Amino acid sequence: MAAKTFEKGNVAIAKAAVAAGCKYYFGYPITPQSDIPEYLSGVLPGVGGQFVQAESEIAAINMLLGAGSTGKRAMTSSSSPGISLKQEGISYMAGSEIPGLIVNIQRSGPGLGGISPSQGDYFQATRGGGHGDYRILVLAPATVQEMYDLTILAFELSDKYRMPAMVLADAMLGMMKEPLEEWIPKQAEEDKSSWALSGAKGRERRKIKSLFLGDGELAEHNWKMLEHYREVEAKETRVKIEVHDDCELAVVAFGSAARIAKSAVDRLNDEGRNIGMVRPITVWPFPYKEIRELAEKDIPFLTVELNVGQMVEDVRLSVEGRSKVSFAGYPPGYLPSPDEIYEEITKLLDKKD
Amino acid sequence: MKTVFERPQSLVDTSFHFCPGCHHGTIHRLVAEAIDEYKVRETTIAAASVGCSVFLYDYFDIDVVESPHGRAPAVATGIKRANPDKFVFVYQGDGDLAAIGTAEIIHAANRGENITVIFVNNTVYGMTGGQMAPTTMLGQRTTTSPYGRDFAQDGYPIRMTEMLAQLEGVGYAARVAVDSPAHLGKARKAIMKAFATQIENRGMGFVEVLCTCPTNWGMGPIEANKRIAAEMIPYFPLGVYKERTGSDFM
Amino acid sequence: MNHAVIMAGFGGQGILMIGNLFAIGALKQGLNCTFFPSYGVEMRGGTANCTVTISDHEVGSPVTSSPNGVVAMNEPSVAKFAPRIGEGGLLLINTSMAPDNDFSKDGVEVIRLPCNQIADELGNIKLASMVALGAYAGRCGVVELKFLEEALPEVLPQKLHKLIPSNIEALRAGAKRADKQD
Repeated sequence: MAAKTFEKGNVAIAKAAVAAGCKYYFGYPITPQSDIPEYLSGVLPGVGGQFVQAESEIAAINMLLGAGSTGKRAMTSSSSPGISLKQEGISYMAGSEIPGLIVNIQRSGPGLGGISPSQGDYFQATRGGGHGDYRILVLAPATVQEMYDLTILAFELSDKYRMPAMVLADAMLGMMKEPLEEWIPKQAEEDKSSWALSGAKGRERRKIKSLFLGDGELAEHNWKMLEHYREVEAKETRVKIEVHDDCELAVVAFGSAARIAKSAVDRLNDEGRNIGMVRPITVWPFPYKEIRELAEKDIPFLTVELNVGQMVEDVRLSVEGRSKVSFAGYPPGYLPSPDEIYEEITKLLDKKD
Repeated sequence: MKTVFERPQSLVDTSFHFCPGCHHGTIHRLVAEAIDEYKVRETTIAAASVGCSVFLYDYFDIDVVESPHGRAPAVATGIKRANPDKFVFVYQGDGDLAAIGTAEIIHAANRGENITVIFVNNTVYGMTGGQMAPTTMLGQRTTTSPYGRDFAQDGYPIRMTEMLAQLEGVGYAARVAVDSPAHLGKARKAIMKAFATQIENRGMGFVEVLCTCPTNWGMGPIEANKRIAAEMIPYFPLGVYKERTGSDFM
Repeated sequence: MNHAVIMAGFGGQGILMIGNLFAIGALKQGLNCTFFPSYGVEMRGGTANCTVTISDHEVGSPVTSSPNGVVAMNEPSVAKFAPRIGEGGLLLINTSMAPDNDFSKDGVEVIRLPCNQIADELGNIKLASMVALGAYAGRCGVVELKFLEEALPEVLPQKLHKLIPSNIEALRAGAKRADKQD
């Protein structure tokens, strides 16, 4: 096992990008993710890469679109208000089937909001975010190690399915430090020579576009994308489930909320209760099937989020009325403690008992 | 028999969709001639923009990626930075480059991106149906300036070439027209220079081409062509505004 | 075992530095840990605090409302964080910056130590936070002093490596003084 270093979540993402062979970064400074461009501006020139501090988030995402259209592994990172600006480009990338990594170290909103941790961008991330009928891959790390691991996975999935991928973390995961074991992916980068732009030498010219004006063309394109999404849902859904027989209640949470909730769950289980934990690692595709299977066992759920209720809608869609779904939400400005979540769970158990 | 005129190799053998009297076809041809001249067809990646020019991927026998409205210089930045060995150009209209994409063109220019920019100025939004553009002339009636552009209401037409020529990152900046054989010759030369600027790593090569839009001007092709010299050139003077001989801005 | 400590003081007192040191020391001892700093507009000149959570299993929450301990390097930090300490917890107050503080809470052990003064006696007032960490670590026993000493080269910037011996001295002086308070 390689030696572990003690690393900030943001830096883990930047290091993972380099390990994944990403040589091109385009971004614009914003708190609380600036460690990422700061790190990469120092490292990328030394590996034959390019770091461009763009004039705006809009320019940055379009630079990613350009680099991605040539098949080069590239990324951008930002935080909530900046991610809003990137939505135009993300929609074009999705429509044009261009891969690329977008990192969102969420802060609080709406508007300028604040710089405290939040999970307020769940809807934006998992519903596409920009105009049109599309999805992007969304991975939600909960530890510094996962910031690293899922960044590499996001690059791989993005290339494999030719769709933009997002690492959806937040200020807590970005700013905190934990032990990190760095590793280099063994898997060779996806061969993109069948579609990437490289100059029309010895082959037909290529167009990468999202404009389809011919009769029925666009509908066909949308259906094709949907088929693609169905494949991703079937093959790439990831969720960590810790639920035992006769589980009294399962907490569903992702990212930093899952970290805080886990402490409350552990405490209750130490006290002899039987509380389960479901942590979606991909929030698109969402583990509908896995949660539905638990609901079929009549397990009630408590969804915990650092917002006023977003992922809970997906939990309800999974359950489809089979069991009860409660919600504990913590809007930005402060972080709930494990004790507060402990109280929420206890209240629900008391009602049930 | 001697061939005196033929289609440039980098143009596809198809008819343009442009309206009668529109200069886009002519400008496409000049760009294709430059691609042929510098033998860069097989290494070219173009970023198409939004507007009538978006269909350039149907006419040029080259690789093209589509950009969101105004963002082509940012898209081209991404292409060129990740592929410095490729020839990269953008082809943008006046709404695209001089309104919604102002930030992208200015900063790509200021960073000295080694790309070539063809800027087509026809003083109107073409594809969306003749609305006022940032380059619309004072007094010009459009569908959103029905009483004629009034500076008190809409400001003045913007002169992009003069503005961009100020920036250190721009290696070449010129304004040309394609309304007469004499102007056409100069336009050809300017586009060639803008290509050479990229090939010789001298920063952004920028050419503004004054162009007709007979349909949205409500004119016939001949009348529209005459308007270039009569109204546009006096306000948008032709000429080379910047020509750097070395990559000394680096 | 799960131990969460909040370290707090003025920006510039070395709070984040000792938080990092405590965390990396715990790693060296074979424990898991998470370091969560306060950040943002209050970073310059205002207050600084961080939470270090140490565990012999996977660390759950990086934040806590009832820490096992608090290292308070100034008066406002005592007021803000000390009341949250849980049963059986430990509070270190730097009396150099909170001279008249008489905080007490049932079930909470309080160490009062003039860290600035001790550091000054050692020849460098900037070592006050190291004195405090030495005292806290020595008393709570979660992370052994030798691992903190081992972690110093990873926490101190290269240009300060010549000061490692004096930092070790400060950690030990803190531990010794805290021990004496019995």
